[in-house]
Amino acid sequence: MNKISKQEVEHVAKLARLHLTEEEAERYTRDLNDILKFAAQLDEVDTSNVKPTSHAFDVRNVMREDVNRPSVSNEEALKNAPDQEEGQFKVPAVFE
Amino acid sequence: MSQQFETVIGLEVHAELSTNSKIFCGCKTEFGAPPNTHVCPICLGHPGVLPVLNKQALEFAMKASMALNCEINRETKFDRKNYFYPDLPKAYQISQFDKPVGINGYIDIEVDGKTKRIRINRLHLEEDAGKLTHCEYGSGTKMDYNRVGVPLVEIVTEPDISSPEEAKAYLEKLKAIIQYTEVSDVKMEQGSLRCDANVSIRPVGQKELGTKTELKNMNSFRNVQVALEYEIKRQEELVSSGGAVKQVTLRWDDANKKTIVMRSKEEAHDYRYFPDPDLVDITITEEWIERVKATIPELPDARKIRYVEEFGLPETDAGVITMTRESADFFDAAVKTGADPKTVANFLMVDLFGYLNANNLEMSDVKMTPQGLGEMIKLIEKGTISIKIAKTVFKEMLETGKDPATIVEEKGLVQISDEGELKRIVEEIIAANNQSVEDYKAGKKQSIGFLVGQVMKQTKGKANPGVVNKLLVEALESL
Repeated sequence: MNKISKQEVEHVAKLARLHLTEEEAERYTRDLNDILKFAAQLDEVDTSNVKPTSHAFDVRNVMREDVNRPSVSNEEALKNAPDQEEGQFKVPAVFE
Repeated sequence: MSQQFETVIGLEVHAELSTNSKIFCGCKTEFGAPPNTHVCPICLGHPGVLPVLNKQALEFAMKASMALNCEINRETKFDRKNYFYPDLPKAYQISQFDKPVGINGYIDIEVDGKTKRIRINRLHLEEDAGKLTHCEYGSGTKMDYNRVGVPLVEIVTEPDISSPEEAKAYLEKLKAIIQYTEVSDVKMEQGSLRCDANVSIRPVGQKELGTKTELKNMNSFRNVQVALEYEIKRQEELVSSGGAVKQVTLRWDDANKKTIVMRSKEEAHDYRYFPDPDLVDITITEEWIERVKATIPELPDARKIRYVEEFGLPETDAGVITMTRESADFFDAAVKTGADPKTVANFLMVDLFGYLNANNLEMSDVKMTPQGLGEMIKLIEKGTISIKIAKTVFKEMLETGKDPATIVEEKGLVQISDEGELKRIVEEIIAANNQSVEDYKAGKKQSIGFLVGQVMKQTKGKANPGVVNKLLVEALESL
C-alpha cells in the first residue's frame, strides 16, 4: 500500500518549483514510497515511554546575548549575486 | 438591503522588537541604513551557517505576552515556514507553529462607553523579511535584506471584533500596551507595527462563520478602519445581490481607496511547517517567568484608574493621557512639581494635544519640559500670571523650552495685581466709555464685561482680572 500518491508528488514538486516529466513523477513516487517503507521499520520499536522530541540530542536553551557583531560589507554581501543594482540584489520581476 | 448582517473580524498584528541585534545573528536592527549593509552570512541564508536565538528577543516576547494577559508556554520551539518569495533569501522563514511563546490572552477595549474583551489566540516570535522594490516597466525586483532577521512578534486575536471601530480601539489599546512595555517602538510609518485583518459577514442569528477574506497593506490605523468599512460593504452588497464571498487575499489600495485581489485560495500557500533542526527547544521555568514579569511597568488601564482615583481626573481625560506612555510620563512629571493635577491635565488635553494635532507633531518634537509646565501652573496659582498670559507663556515654552520664570521676566508678563496702579487705569477706562457706564447704571450689569476687556487691552492682558472686576464694581457703584 503506497503512502504517497503521484498527485502528492506532483503537488510537492510544484511547491518546490520543480518541473517533473511524467517519467520522473512516477520514479519519485516509487522512490519516496520505498524510503517511507524503509523508515517504517522504526514503527516496530516500542516508544510508549519516550517523549516526542524535535531533536536527537537533549540540548536545550541555547541562546546568545543581545550584542552586535560586525556585518559584512555591501560589496561582500553582493559578491556572489548573479545580478545587482544600487547595492541591492536583483532578480527577474516578481509580482505577488 | 432587507437582510441584516453582522461582521466578524480577527486581526493579526506584527511588531518589530527593539533589540540591538537580529533574532539569530549579531547584525544591527536599526531602520534606514543603506541597503544590504546590516547583513551577514546567517541572515543572508548562506549554506552551513548556524542561527542562535537572541535571548533578549525571547524575553521581550515573554514580556509582551504577559502584558497581554497570555499564558507562557513552558516548552517553546521554532519551525520553518516554507515559501518561495525573494523577500527571504533562505526560502523559509523561521517562525513558531504549534508552540508559540504566549497563548490565551486578552485585552479590554472601550467603544461607545462599553467595555469589551477581545481574546488573543497567540503571540509568537519570528524573523522579519526583506524589503522589495519593483523596478520600472517590470524589468526586475531589487532586494534589501537589512530587515531580514529583525525579531518580530505576531499577535493574533480570536474573531471577537464586530466592527471597524472596535478594530481601531483594539489597535490603539494594543499599541499603547506594547509601547508601555518598551519591547517595540510601534511606529506604523516605519513599519515596526503592521496589521492584517480577516473579515467575514453572516446573517444575524446564523452560527457558522461566513467565508472570510484577508486584508493586507493597511499602513495606518485610519486605513485599517477605512479598508474594513469598504470590505464589509463590498461583502454585504455581494451577498445581498445573490453572490458569494470568495476566500481571497486582498490588498488595500490607498490611492484609489479600494481593495485589490492579491491571490485566491487556489494559489494559497502550503507552508509545510517543520521544526527547525538548527535551533534547539526552549524550556521556560517559573523562575524565569517571574524575573521577566517583574520588568513589566504599570500598564495603561492601571494608570488610568490611578489618575481617576488619585487625582479625580474625568475618565475620558485619564484615558487620553494614558494612551501613550510619553504623555502619561509627562503628566506624572508635571504633577510631581506640586502643580494641580486637573490643571496639568487641562493644559495637556487642550493646549498641548491641540498644538500637536494642528502642527502634526509628536510629543518628542516638543521642547517644553514637564517641570516647566508644572512651574508655570504654580505661577498661575500664586497669581504671578493670569490664565490668559499663561497661554502666551505656554506657547513660548513649547517652541523654546525655556522655563516659565525666564519667559515671564524677559517678556515683562508679570500680572498687575497692584490696586493703586489698576485703579488709575480703571478710572481712565470709565471716563472714556460713557455708554457702557450708562448701560451699567441702567441695570445692564453685563456691560461690565466690556469694561474689563478694555482694561485688559490697555494692560496687554497683564491685569489681574479678579482685581480689575472688583475695582470696576466699586467705581461704578460709587458713581
